[in-house]
Amino acid sequence: MIALYLSQGLSFAKFGARMLWPLWPFVLIIVLYHGITHDIAAGGEIILRMLIAVALANLVTMTTALNDMIDVLMGLLRPLNWIGISTKPVALTIALFIRFIPTLIERGITINAALRARSTGKSGWRIIVPLTLSVLNEAEHVANALRARGGVGTNEEG
Amino acid sequence: MERSTVLIAMFAALIAALGLVPKFSLAFGVPITAQSLGVMLCGTVLGAKRGGAAALLFVVLALAGLPLLAGGRGGLGLLSGPSVGFIIGFPIAAFVTGWVMERVQSNVLTSSFIASFMGGVIALYIPGVIGMALILDKSLVAAFGLVSAFVIGDLVKVVICGFVTQVIYRAQPDKVLSRT
Repeated sequence: MIALYLSQGLSFAKFGARMLWPLWPFVLIIVLYHGITHDIAAGGEIILRMLIAVALANLVTMTTALNDMIDVLMGLLRPLNWIGISTKPVALTIALFIRFIPTLIERGITINAALRARSTGKSGWRIIVPLTLSVLNEAEHVANALRARGGVGTNEEG
Repeated sequence: MERSTVLIAMFAALIAALGLVPKFSLAFGVPITAQSLGVMLCGTVLGAKRGGAAALLFVVLALAGLPLLAGGRGGLGLLSGPSVGFIIGFPIAAFVTGWVMERVQSNVLTSSFIASFMGGVIALYIPGVIGMALILDKSLVAAFGLVSAFVIGDLVKVVICGFVTQVIYRAQPDKVLSRT
């Protein structure tokens, strides 16, 4: 397993190790639990199984481009076409989603700055209402724009 | 059709953006992030089908490798990690929240409280605890003990979700699709 990671170079392996870091609270809990029950072998087995399973899955993620992942996903959805459900809106939704993540993050930062300019308190969670409202308004515009350009389309229109 | 598509995509993006809101810690150090609040909002604002679809889209793309979850996590590794149940529970939680929201005939504030509690707490913790028990090889009770500290944070989110939904409903009642 470690050899697989190292085969992609040292910095790749380092990044892989960092991806496992969020698991440390669980490792700690298992160590404590099995330390108290004196069942170290079973605890070690659980930790190893968990780390290997996560690391192998991460390896797939780290060596596969997002486009390939989405292609696989659309391939899995293809049977829906046979029973007359179009998968085109799905592809469009995925594209819209990815497109809007940076937009919304940027808007969150703007709203945050606006709130901070007006008050001295922390604004963190107060951005949620204006952010959600702006999403609802923006969605209206984007939906109209889509409709004006021919809608989300179906397979027949092609 | 276009409206639904865009709303689903944008609310999924909203869940992602809320993952970046700085988390605040409860008095005894349990961090709570705004991400699962986004999941609850999907349900209370968009309703069962659209809200569930938005959360599903978010989860699928996180599993496909986008670092969307709070703390920049993402990828197939989530499926074999201890929080797998909570990840899978996101769309279920949004759907249940929306489903309850569409059926409780009370004012928006009360309905949102009930709906986000049923969806964002009950429906989220059942798969969450089962997943954790399986991965860590512990009993369900022990697994629940591990996550019980987070329940308080989620109850706080239920309250916030209720007020946020009410404010949105007052500002733009026609946009709260679970109520139209």
